[in-house]
Amino acid sequence: MTTTGGPTVPPPQPGRLTTTTAPRKLTKAELRAAEAKTKLTSPWASSIAIVIAILWTIPTFGVLLSSIRPQASIQSSGWWTWFTNPEFTLDNYDQVLFGTGTAFSTFFINSVTIALPSVLIPVTLALLAAYAFAWIEFRGRDLLFVAVFSLQIVPLQIALIPLLQEYVNWGLAGSFWTVWISHSIFALPLAIFLLHNFMKDIPPSLIEAARVDGAGHVKIFFRVLLPLLVPAIAAFGIFQFLWIWNDLLVALTMAGGTPNVAPLTVRLAELSGSRGADWHLLTAGALVAIIVPLIVFLSLQRFFVRGMLSGSVKG
Amino acid sequence: MSETRPESDVAGGPSAAITTTEGAPPPPAHWRTGLKEGSTVWTVVLAVLGVVAIGGSVVFLLNAFGVLNIQLDRTTWPTWLVGATSTGGKLLLMVFAVILFVAVMTIVLLAADRAKRVSNRVVAAAFLGPAAIMLGLGLLYPAVRTIRESFFDRQSENFIGWDNYVTIFTQSGFQLVLRNTLIWVILVPIVATFIGLAYAVLVDRTRFESVAKGLIFLPMAISLVGASIIWKFVYEFRPDQEGVNQIGLANQFLVWLGFDPYQFIITSPWNTIFLIVVLIWIQTGFAMTILSAAIKNIPDDIIEAARLDGLSGFRMFRYITIPSIRPALVVVLVAITMTTLKAFDIIYTMTGGQFETSVVANEFYFQSFRQGNFGVGATLAVFLFVAVIPVVIYQVRQLRLAEEIR
Repeated sequence: MTTTGGPTVPPPQPGRLTTTTAPRKLTKAELRAAEAKTKLTSPWASSIAIVIAILWTIPTFGVLLSSIRPQASIQSSGWWTWFTNPEFTLDNYDQVLFGTGTAFSTFFINSVTIALPSVLIPVTLALLAAYAFAWIEFRGRDLLFVAVFSLQIVPLQIALIPLLQEYVNWGLAGSFWTVWISHSIFALPLAIFLLHNFMKDIPPSLIEAARVDGAGHVKIFFRVLLPLLVPAIAAFGIFQFLWIWNDLLVALTMAGGTPNVAPLTVRLAELSGSRGADWHLLTAGALVAIIVPLIVFLSLQRFFVRGMLSGSVKG
Repeated sequence: MSETRPESDVAGGPSAAITTTEGAPPPPAHWRTGLKEGSTVWTVVLAVLGVVAIGGSVVFLLNAFGVLNIQLDRTTWPTWLVGATSTGGKLLLMVFAVILFVAVMTIVLLAADRAKRVSNRVVAAAFLGPAAIMLGLGLLYPAVRTIRESFFDRQSENFIGWDNYVTIFTQSGFQLVLRNTLIWVILVPIVATFIGLAYAVLVDRTRFESVAKGLIFLPMAISLVGASIIWKFVYEFRPDQEGVNQIGLANQFLVWLGFDPYQFIITSPWNTIFLIVVLIWIQTGFAMTILSAAIKNIPDDIIEAARLDGLSGFRMFRYITIPSIRPALVVVLVAITMTTLKAFDIIYTMTGGQFETSVVANEFYFQSFRQGNFGVGATLAVFLFVAVIPVVIYQVRQLRLAEEIR
């Protein structure tokens, strides 16, 4: 951080803009560092922050710790007793993943099977639509865009039952197709809107240049825009993946009664209702369901945060 | 803007060939491939695709409104397509779906690119068509249908006017649902935004900022179902007897402090508050991230000027920070409000809507699928839709205001 504002300025590079007037008061980094010192000295501020951080972490930690304790211990004592009486077992995971009554491994596969097309399809379709709205001129474009924009506020509940009736009508009920199609439809309005924002940010001169070179829209889309949009696509892709993996309502409606399609969340909610006392299964099960989004989230957090910021602050 | 383009509307016409001969500098190598004549085969393909898309949509709608009477069942389709049961079968089906999708889109785009004399309109249709059809048939039509159903009785057979709406506003059970929804919608956005903002300010520019923010942010990756189970475990109640230990942290705290254990999830009306805690727990990270970024975006010279004027601490926060991040605050409040309105998973997982905890989104599911009362279910869905509108209007107006100031 501090290395950037060093006093030994390299020889002036041609073309590089040196915007800062030579001896500025303090660089941003230095200001912040100075302020950090004063901030930390307030004991109230730091203790409140620490209390919040603990409150936000402990519930998950408790479940994590419980999931590796033997069933008898989970049900007879709190997880905090682990510190005085450490025990370790993977039986809960074994039972939750492969046990006859739970079979989370099956539901895990279902979740994966649901997630990939449900991310790929809406992202692709939204990219194409966003391109059309941003860079193809045709009559009625603005009107159509406003229509898609306003579809964002339609809650998916309102579409659920007629959609289900149609699936029944076409003989698709209880298959993966219903979940894929539904998720794709519900994701489209927001996806088009967000990706359109990113598309609009690309300098028109780039598109213009490609056009003069004789590229058609399809070529411009694939050769010029797609490479530039990779960060935006990653951001929305992660968002959509988390949304799909964590969804309950759509899955429950479309595949609730079909164990061969239902994802982890449905099974977990079911388990929570019917076996409220089986904490050894619930804790391990919850972690099995959480682990994938957590890994995705932690490894790609940078993209996600950037996407979230640009999407929401730009409005 | 449009003058610089070689053609006004036609992307591959004969005039393209003329311009190449006139240009003094030699044309780029791929000039011809870009503006080529187009092939008849692809023109036909494009036309066929258009007919299939429009025709299919029309058939779908005619069937949906009962003009046609097409009724398929599962046996119409091959088993591997709709009834995969083995792991391999499911994954293969997934690959098949992806390939099918990619193939269809490739053909559509290739046709749009290669066909003869395609106007911008046709290209736009190729780009927009798939999304437009899905939105029209999968969102717009169902929404209209649901609005219609809300004026019909439980089996969607007889028209009953506004009766369903009267029911949800006057029956005491539904009034309770509306009351709970109101509590959720007021508490979650305000508390989550408040804690998120406070935390963002507190950890801003400290040494462990990124770790501290990560801890709060993490619950956002957890599903509402997972979060509900995590908190159910916190709230777990064990009767206060000799030899029985509390296994939930919340009740253990009560016991440590000398109180009796408490049925957090069952005891109405406070159980609603304890369910709300779960959503606050999740949404705070969202609020914190966006507000933190907004705080960092405040120009340094503003802060410096304020400091020279003698502002510091809370007054700095009140008169500089809050006004500067106002647009972000509006965005966060509105986004959380909309999420809260539709929150269904927490209640479904933790109480199933029992113990007087139901909210509109949950009652919608319960009425539609458990009670089989489609009329009231549709009415609740419409209620959700209508309730969102003022929130969105507020956001749009606020953001316009912010734009004008800028």
